[in-house]
Amino acid sequence: MRLPGATRVAVAALALLVVGAIAAPAAGAGTPRASLTDVEQDVMCVSCREPLAVAESPQAVAERNYVKQLIAQGLTKPQIEQALVAQYGPAVLGRPPAHGFNLTVYILPPAILAVGIAILAFTLPRWRRRSRPAAATPAAAGPKMNPSDARRLEDELNRYGG
Amino acid sequence: MRRYVIPGILVVAAAALLALLAFGVAHQGASTSIDTAVQKGDLPEAPNAHMPLPILGSDQSESLVDLRGKVVVLNVFASWCDPCKTEAPILEHEQHVIAGRDATILGVTYLDNSSDSERFVRQEHITYPVLRDVSGNFVRSFGTTGVPETFVINRSGQISALRRYQIDQQWLQQTLPRILDGRS
Repeated sequence: MRLPGATRVAVAALALLVVGAIAAPAAGAGTPRASLTDVEQDVMCVSCREPLAVAESPQAVAERNYVKQLIAQGLTKPQIEQALVAQYGPAVLGRPPAHGFNLTVYILPPAILAVGIAILAFTLPRWRRRSRPAAATPAAAGPKMNPSDARRLEDELNRYGG
Repeated sequence: MRRYVIPGILVVAAAALLALLAFGVAHQGASTSIDTAVQKGDLPEAPNAHMPLPILGSDQSESLVDLRGKVVVLNVFASWCDPCKTEAPILEHEQHVIAGRDATILGVTYLDNSSDSERFVRQEHITYPVLRDVSGNFVRSFGTTGVPETFVINRSGQISALRRYQIDQQWLQQTLPRILDGRS
């Protein structure tokens, strides 16, 4: 079905409007406003060394109020974290900056995982190689049957096997 | 021999992890070496005396070395600390008493944001200089783990007396004269 020219223009304009309406909030979502709950989970109460979300010390209350002020100013989460570092130092971040001794936090867990995998990769094939010959060895075969017993067994099996 | 390689690696790795854990735990605890030295009368040098700290409400900074030759009553405080509010008027009064004797109270904020500290200074009518220790490294070197704490530093830059909790007028009156007179 072919649409007349004017209708096609109208449909295209409508499509543009719809796309624009969908895209506008999505573009605004690039810099979402921070929420207290979100920030609290990733920063520390610096005096009690607990996550701010669970800390109730006077310093934690002061720090939480400061975060609320920053949220009210419309700052994003990274901006709030930056402001907190300027006021309380890097210890305020739940995840420490990746340099110096702090690097162990980032390096050790994957290193331990990698070493564990390497050990498994090294030892598992050896265990399997060892277990294969053991499996191939016939289980305790017992004494060899004499020819008459063997013949009797064969007959019995034939009889019951149909 | 080869069968000992993997258990050996595991043992070394476990030992390394334990050593790392011990190192971390050892560096978490509060240092009491200053307290012990002062009790014995050894008068330790004030640590980090050359570390510049920003002056509250200013773009400039100052270090303890800049005050060498003066008796410095270094008071570590925070706006969120109630005992700090109680002792602030005592310290402010003392500032007026000792200022003429080449001595000063020096406030250092502890884990406090600057706007709260500035409000505290205004509300308590504090006129003595206040520095900000943003990282907390300066006060940690004094073994500080809480507030308020007060250290008296003599004219040679040595810690002559300290109090790990709230001070009162009586403590200042008992402690300061001998240090102002250069007797310790």
